[in-house]
Amino acid sequence: MSTGLTTLLVLGAVSWVFKSAGPLSLGGDRELPPLIERLALLLPVPLLAAMVATSTVISDRAFAIDARLVGLAVAAVALWRKAPFVVVVILAAVATALTRLAA
Amino acid sequence: MAQPSNHRTDDGRSAIIRQAVSISLAVVPFALAFGVACNAAGLSVLEAMGFSTLVFGGSAQFAAVTVLGDGGGAPAAILAGALLNMRSMAFGVAMAPALKGPIWWRALVSQLMIDESTAVGTAQSTRANQRFGYLAGGVGVFLLWNAGTFVGATVIDDAGDLITDWGFDATIPATFLALLWPRLSDTTTRVIAVVGAAIAIISAPLLPPGIPIIAAAAAVIIAKPWTLTSSSSSNTPSSSSDMPSEQP
Repeated sequence: MSTGLTTLLVLGAVSWVFKSAGPLSLGGDRELPPLIERLALLLPVPLLAAMVATSTVISDRAFAIDARLVGLAVAAVALWRKAPFVVVVILAAVATALTRLAA
Repeated sequence: MAQPSNHRTDDGRSAIIRQAVSISLAVVPFALAFGVACNAAGLSVLEAMGFSTLVFGGSAQFAAVTVLGDGGGAPAAILAGALLNMRSMAFGVAMAPALKGPIWWRALVSQLMIDESTAVGTAQSTRANQRFGYLAGGVGVFLLWNAGTFVGATVIDDAGDLITDWGFDATIPATFLALLWPRLSDTTTRVIAVVGAAIAIISAPLLPPGIPIIAAAAAVIIAKPWTLTSSSSSNTPSSSSDMPSEQP
């Protein structure tokens, strides 16, 4: 078996175990423990915030300020002005591309 | 659990579909780049597709293929990818209440447990819409991610320039911010968001990729989730009418 095939099969299996752990152990018909209920509601906030942060100012495991930050700032203003989802995303891309063009 | 009634189910659903389509389109440039990376690492098109269907986690796939391309062995590539996909355990806890059903169904749809499907799912206000959002986001990204991988592995030469020249790399944080935005309705959640982002940024140079996002989850202790009397706003997902996509 090639190295690539071994990697994708084992990594696929490991990833599925991670992905399914919550739904398989907690997703049955019984009521969830209150702590799990509350964690389920709270966890998306720091997870999403962390994903926003790392996809904006981290490059190759190092802090990096670049045009992405301009795109995110424009997205934040668009969200504050209640722009539709698609417009927010397009404005972020356009602002980032224009910043790179100007730089 | 009592479910908030939703008298505008259809309206809610079309807004969810718009979110799912938008987030699915946002991953296409990265899927192209992944296909190109597979090519560069000497993997076959079939292996590239195997990663995108069986591993199905963008950053984990990139990490594993990068290790292989650098001459690393399977154990190192598996470890790098596994560390990155470990965060899907936290996503699984967040989505579990909305993913009730037969065990085979839960086992099957868990394959879609990625950042984007969790983001669209948890952004909705009712369990039914959370499930719908998870499936719409997950299936949409799965299809376009695999289509993009195929095109990247067979046609495109260099997707890296495509991504930066058109600002596609900024669409990912913008998408996550748009999904986070309606949740920042009270001081507690805003503090949790800021602390979570700070933990991720500070730990990114110190920890293996993917782990900073797990570390950021620790920010939930600010809301003291072990007590049942914390602020009501963090106990109730924000109304779907707060979603930017539902604005006229």
